[in-house]
Amino acid sequence: MKSRIFSLQIVTACLVVSSLALAQDLGSFEKRTTVKKLANGLTIVICERPQAPVFSFFTHVDAGSVQDPMGKTGLAHMFEHMAFKGTDTIGTRDYAGEKVALAKIEDAYAAYIAERDKPVDRDEAKLKQLELNWKDAIAAADKFSAPYSNEFGKIVEGEGGEGMNAFTDLDETGYHYSFPINRLELWAYLESERFLHPVMRQFYKERNVVIEERRMRTDSNPVGRLLEQFTEEAFAAHPYHRPTIGWISDLNSFSATDAQTFFDKYYVPSNMVVTVVGDFKASEAMPVIEKYFARIPARPKPDTATTNEPPQNAERTVVLREQSQPLYLEGYHRPDYRSPDDQVYDAIADLMSSGRTSRLYRALVRDKQIAADSAGFTGLPGSKYPHLFAFYAFPIPGHKPQEMADAIHAEIDRLKKEDISDDELKMIKTRAKANLIRSLGSNEGLAFALGLNQARYDDWRELFRSVERIDKVSKADIRRVANKTFTPDNRTVGIIEFAGGPPPGNGAAPQGGGQ
Amino acid sequence: MKRSQRFSLAFVLLAAIAFLNCNESLWAQTQTWQQIPVPKLPAFHPKQPKRIELPNGMVIFLQEDHELPTIDGTARIRGGARSVPANKSGLTDIYGEVWRTGGTKTQTGDQLDDYLEQRAAKVETGGGGDSTTASWSCLKEDFDDVFRVFLDVLKNPEFRADKIDIAQKGMYDGISRRNDDPGQIAGREAAKLVYGANNPYARVDEYATVAAVTRQDLIDWHGRYVHPNNIILGVVGDFDSAKMEARLRETFGSWPKGPAAKDPDIKPEPAKPGYYQVEKTDVNQSNIQMVSVGITRKNPDYFALSVFNEAFGGGFSSRLFGDIRTTKGLAYGVGGGVGSGWDHPGMLRIMMSTKSQSTIESIQALDEEIADLAKRPIDDKEIKLAKDSILNSFVFRFDSPAKVLQEKMAYEFYGYPSDFLENFQREIEKVTKEDVARVAAKYVHRDQMAVLVVGNVAEFDKPVSTLGPVNKLDITIPAPPKGLLPEQGDHP
Repeated sequence: MKSRIFSLQIVTACLVVSSLALAQDLGSFEKRTTVKKLANGLTIVICERPQAPVFSFFTHVDAGSVQDPMGKTGLAHMFEHMAFKGTDTIGTRDYAGEKVALAKIEDAYAAYIAERDKPVDRDEAKLKQLELNWKDAIAAADKFSAPYSNEFGKIVEGEGGEGMNAFTDLDETGYHYSFPINRLELWAYLESERFLHPVMRQFYKERNVVIEERRMRTDSNPVGRLLEQFTEEAFAAHPYHRPTIGWISDLNSFSATDAQTFFDKYYVPSNMVVTVVGDFKASEAMPVIEKYFARIPARPKPDTATTNEPPQNAERTVVLREQSQPLYLEGYHRPDYRSPDDQVYDAIADLMSSGRTSRLYRALVRDKQIAADSAGFTGLPGSKYPHLFAFYAFPIPGHKPQEMADAIHAEIDRLKKEDISDDELKMIKTRAKANLIRSLGSNEGLAFALGLNQARYDDWRELFRSVERIDKVSKADIRRVANKTFTPDNRTVGIIEFAGGPPPGNGAAPQGGGQ
Repeated sequence: MKRSQRFSLAFVLLAAIAFLNCNESLWAQTQTWQQIPVPKLPAFHPKQPKRIELPNGMVIFLQEDHELPTIDGTARIRGGARSVPANKSGLTDIYGEVWRTGGTKTQTGDQLDDYLEQRAAKVETGGGGDSTTASWSCLKEDFDDVFRVFLDVLKNPEFRADKIDIAQKGMYDGISRRNDDPGQIAGREAAKLVYGANNPYARVDEYATVAAVTRQDLIDWHGRYVHPNNIILGVVGDFDSAKMEARLRETFGSWPKGPAAKDPDIKPEPAKPGYYQVEKTDVNQSNIQMVSVGITRKNPDYFALSVFNEAFGGGFSSRLFGDIRTTKGLAYGVGGGVGSGWDHPGMLRIMMSTKSQSTIESIQALDEEIADLAKRPIDDKEIKLAKDSILNSFVFRFDSPAKVLQEKMAYEFYGYPSDFLENFQREIEKVTKEDVARVAAKYVHRDQMAVLVVGNVAEFDKPVSTLGPVNKLDITIPAPPKGLLPEQGDHP
């Protein structure tokens, strides 16, 4: 139920890995992993992992907030919330009646919005009445679902579901939880039903919940505010400039009909990969899973063309003057995840950021002692389309964002001018191999990694193959990519400046901290 | 002719498939989730770690797990932040960092970093409320190299001054940022209202208390607590237990006992019930927390309260989620329950965040939920759902060898019977509607709660004072001692 919005404090999971001695592991996964593309276009990946009588799944839908229609940002994420609202048989006492009542809400809402958004001659009394009509229609429809609200989630939790959640980001939407193994068939039913007969019930109340989510993640959080302004500035043309959570006016406008339309267009079987990992035999599990998911009717794959971001040829900067402590962030455009240099960027991120041997830690935290934390990472704000390689630093009290910029740029210059050392290159490759190994030890982690690789590359084996590519990264590659990417004109800068505490005399607590 | 025959054959086949599909979906329409068979879960007896107690009192758990070629270990050492005097608050955080970054007698922390990272291995240390930890994590092939470093860190730390300086600066940074996020403010101030502002379970580090910590304090702390009789070591991974046991016996067997760590006796000193307000002008959402003192897990009511918590405020199925979020649309985050600590009372906490304009409405909605517990007690259906939810997901408490190890280490640390988990399952099964009503009445008292609101006061639907007298909390960060931090703009 969360929109996966980048948080600076969270080091993003590194999917990139290396695999020198991992041939036997890929071999082991070849034996345990089965892929089946159903006639309706849906892909099923199942992987046997007989450690405990449980399983985890990950449903990957190849549609994210990049697919939000103009004027309806936040819709992909909104639908994700609606996928917990039940079906025509789950969460209703009389669907035939409810269906009619839900349609009436949409008519009333459309009338209300038409009056509300009139550029001239809006009739306030009429608007008030239309709003009342809309709310009355909602109350009438609610009678069909009460007291079965949250029935879908209740079934999952009551049956022992663990970690039920979902996420939406700019690139995709994902749904996941774990169940005891004796609920495999029940899961296959529930998860396929959810995308076979979704019902947009309690849509406008859930929209308020999402608006609260926006207030929490973005409006009331300085780092959230910075990220929204920063990505909006970095992408002029491509939809990556949008917030996944949606702009507030869009959230206050789009309808249940819009969400249903989004579902119909993008939640088509050929856009979905369902991955299941756990304690089963593939020969027994696959027919059960197929039986339920094959019911979803085939529909045409949607057009996913987007505007290409043109080359950036001028530095851009956003400065937020806040009551909170300073922060420095900068990003450089880079190609999408299919770029032959993808693993070079991953190697640079690792070199600059992993642990206390990383260059940024050593320069800014250990030696200059100007930052509490600093790192570089790739994948902002997504990775399916050309995106940003970013650097950030949190200045310690008494130090300013400009010092962060200078120190980060000095480290970037080193990357451009000097080869990294043999030890550093070896460290990157060894760490990649170890990270891969450690990622294979949980059902949830495996379902996510196998599913994402299957969706992105049409082959889960890329999880292992990307390792071979990182092993081929050379010192010259790192210099070449650094010189090509980290140029001033290709840079967007985001800064939080401390602008003093709130105005005195209103009883608020001023910020301290020797500022 | 031939062509057309082929076409019609294809047509017939297609029609047949379409018919089958149609049949399938007709059949599906009439199916409900209750009709799906749920076979009995196969018996599952997770592997238990081997417990070894050395003559010097050190307790070791060995848990083999051969799935991946790794070996990880954690030593948990008694004694933590709650034993630190108030004027040195922050000591165990600095200790937990510099224990490792400060290196050993023969190796600097930087040298250890290089050595370990070449092997993609970790040796790390950390400070906590009731204990500190030293741990390692490595590929099996590097175990000898990495374990040697672990032992060196465990026994011969040097706490070099330059790393103390870095650790302190990092903590000054954390202090300076602590009022930036409203959720963080709410969590911190709520704990103070339950335990008391100067209580070790709630107090916050200040510039002066962090600056007061010296290298000698870290050395003294290490000398006081790091003795085998204060340590529980857990090892999990791809090794042979017999060989590992022999090796650990040889390594630690001759380590002499030291004085046993004593836990301080700390009593909560809750604030007076009533309304507490923190004004934050750069937000459009209020964080609301209603809090009072909770229970320890040793309390026999723990099991009934676990069912109550699940039904009242835990997850999708709970009353709070259903009423406050789904039905009223007032919050994204809402939940709560009677919290429990292993060896000290946890917090009873009911919390939500809502737009500034529905702050008072939301407090009243939560009030109604609490009042409803008496008027509309948690019913049979809710009890069944809560118990099903706990019991059917029970397997996830021990679905990996590492989780089993962690549970056993916790029982050992806090002196719980090693079958606590099995017992928990039996006790949950026994909980009745009457039990839940009884514990709700016993522990959930609205008139004993402190109600904290962090938000943009000017935008509230009504002043909090319409509900009762308001205590305004001053969260101003005390200024650092003069000369501790560079003045802004005074940097080189």
